Amino acid sequence: MTSQTAPAHITARSAGFVHDVWSIAIRAIRQLPRDLETTGPALAIPLFFLVINIGSLQDIAGFTAIEIDYKAFQLPVAIVFAVTGVSRAPALVLDIQNGYFDRLMLTPVSRRALLLGHMVADFVLVVALVIPVVILGFIIGVRFPTGPLGVFAFVMMGACWGVAYTGLPYAIALKTGNPGAVNSSFLLFFPFAFVTSSFVPLEDMTGWLGTAAQYNPVTYLLEGLRSLFIEWDAVALGKGFLAIAGLALVSQTLAFLALKGRVARG
Amino acid sequence: MSAIRAEGLVRRFGDLTAVDGVDLEVSEGEIYGFLGPNGAGKSTVVRMLCTLLLPSAGRARVGGLDVVDDAHDVRFSIGVALQDAALDDRMTGREILETQGRLFGLHKAEVAQRVRELGPILEVDALDRLVGTYSGGMKRRLDLAASLMHNPSVLFLDEPTTGLDPPSRLRVWDEVRRLNRDFGMTVFLTTQYLEEADELADRVGIINDGRLVAEGTPGELKRSIGTDVVLAELDRDHDRAVEILRSVDGVAQVDHFGDEIVIATSNGSATLSPVALALDRAGIAVTQLSLRTPTLDDVFLEVTGTRFEGGDQ
Repeated sequence: MTSQTAPAHITARSAGFVHDVWSIAIRAIRQLPRDLETTGPALAIPLFFLVINIGSLQDIAGFTAIEIDYKAFQLPVAIVFAVTGVSRAPALVLDIQNGYFDRLMLTPVSRRALLLGHMVADFVLVVALVIPVVILGFIIGVRFPTGPLGVFAFVMMGACWGVAYTGLPYAIALKTGNPGAVNSSFLLFFPFAFVTSSFVPLEDMTGWLGTAAQYNPVTYLLEGLRSLFIEWDAVALGKGFLAIAGLALVSQTLAFLALKGRVARG
Repeated sequence: MSAIRAEGLVRRFGDLTAVDGVDLEVSEGEIYGFLGPNGAGKSTVVRMLCTLLLPSAGRARVGGLDVVDDAHDVRFSIGVALQDAALDDRMTGREILETQGRLFGLHKAEVAQRVRELGPILEVDALDRLVGTYSGGMKRRLDLAASLMHNPSVLFLDEPTTGLDPPSRLRVWDEVRRLNRDFGMTVFLTTQYLEEADELADRVGIINDGRLVAEGTPGELKRSIGTDVVLAELDRDHDRAVEILRSVDGVAQVDHFGDEIVIATSNGSATLSPVALALDRAGIAVTQLSLRTPTLDDVFLEVTGTRFEGGDQ
């Protein structure tokens, strides 16, 4: 070991918040292709449900208030399944367990950037998951009367939902540092996923299920996504993005509170 | 100015007091060895000094900055290699170094320059391999390289050679010496190896049960218990032997540890025969009698009353 390891002219300085976020994001994005075992099922499950739901339920569409083809009706459900609960939270738990999180804490990096950088990677990941589902939709005959801009809005809306939801697994990851707890965070989504208009429109839902669905943000997300198969509908899209914002507010608040607890030096 | 200064540093975890009023002063450019057995509180002190953990009481300054109030600024001037190599197995060595450099505000060209300069600490050929494929020694050296990316003025090394094979240990020692000699880097080194503290440190602090029990240069510490040590191994009659040996001319101190009687003396060669004669006259059988210079282990025995139970050396 005879290297010149400390020339005097290179010194540490503040990188800045945006640079910090980007540095963490680059690292997380680089790891995406190395973690295919976690992203693979996230793509397989929605594709499976899309095929099964269409095959088993499309005959009942004629008895409901569905305005669009049942394949198009089901595509947003597949999108929601593809992007919900997919995050770099398991990788964050690994960082905590193997000590790399401490290494990051020993740098002057902004603590908020530790989370936001991962979420940038999550955005890349959920977009990458949405695109194959949309392509499958095209293959089976789903069309967007709203044009390429509608396709873009569809992808972005799905991706924004996915990122908004990531706050919950991150909160669990940072609070517990336990990979098992993070993996089971997907269970939190089950009531959201099934007490909603996944299979029939809201108008056809009755009783407690219909009432609960009215308070479920996924209902408005699905309606917003489905509206893009008909025409530009500012109200439906607005409600959809409002539902995303509401979820983001709750889940991200929990995540950043958990981050605050994790980086507290007590 | 002191590179590191701690006053009455305390850290409690519930009812457990892991660090109990530690005072430290480390000068700029000094290698300070912090020696203690497992669980003595070494790592807790390091984690407080490097801003990972808040003290329960007391205060500490690193590079003139308070580790509580100025924690963010402290991080620019310190490099830290924690006890377990804090690395991500799914990254390459180069990626770890690049990420580290970027987070310390280094530009792309500076990161590349530092990666080139630090390459020889590990193996350049291994830089583009995933860390998961590295040996334990390579991980340690990568961890050290990462902690040096931003040219810190104070380097904390928490048991940097634990678990390394002897050649890897020597490489780390050489690098620590070179960083200190060539760049004046202050090094705060915790270790459970007596030999490591003896070889590397300008001064040594011995911590036991959360308290600093002795401090000084290795030479001062050893001289504090006498110039020489006579060791007598007995099968029985240890307490009687201690009583008898205390009255032998030239004996400064007698301690009993296991089967060993440890006799501190200012002149070992002159004391060896009287010790043997005294034990023989008392009818106490000696299985082995030897003379050596004091070690830090003897210092530890002197100040704590127990033998040092650190790692294998």
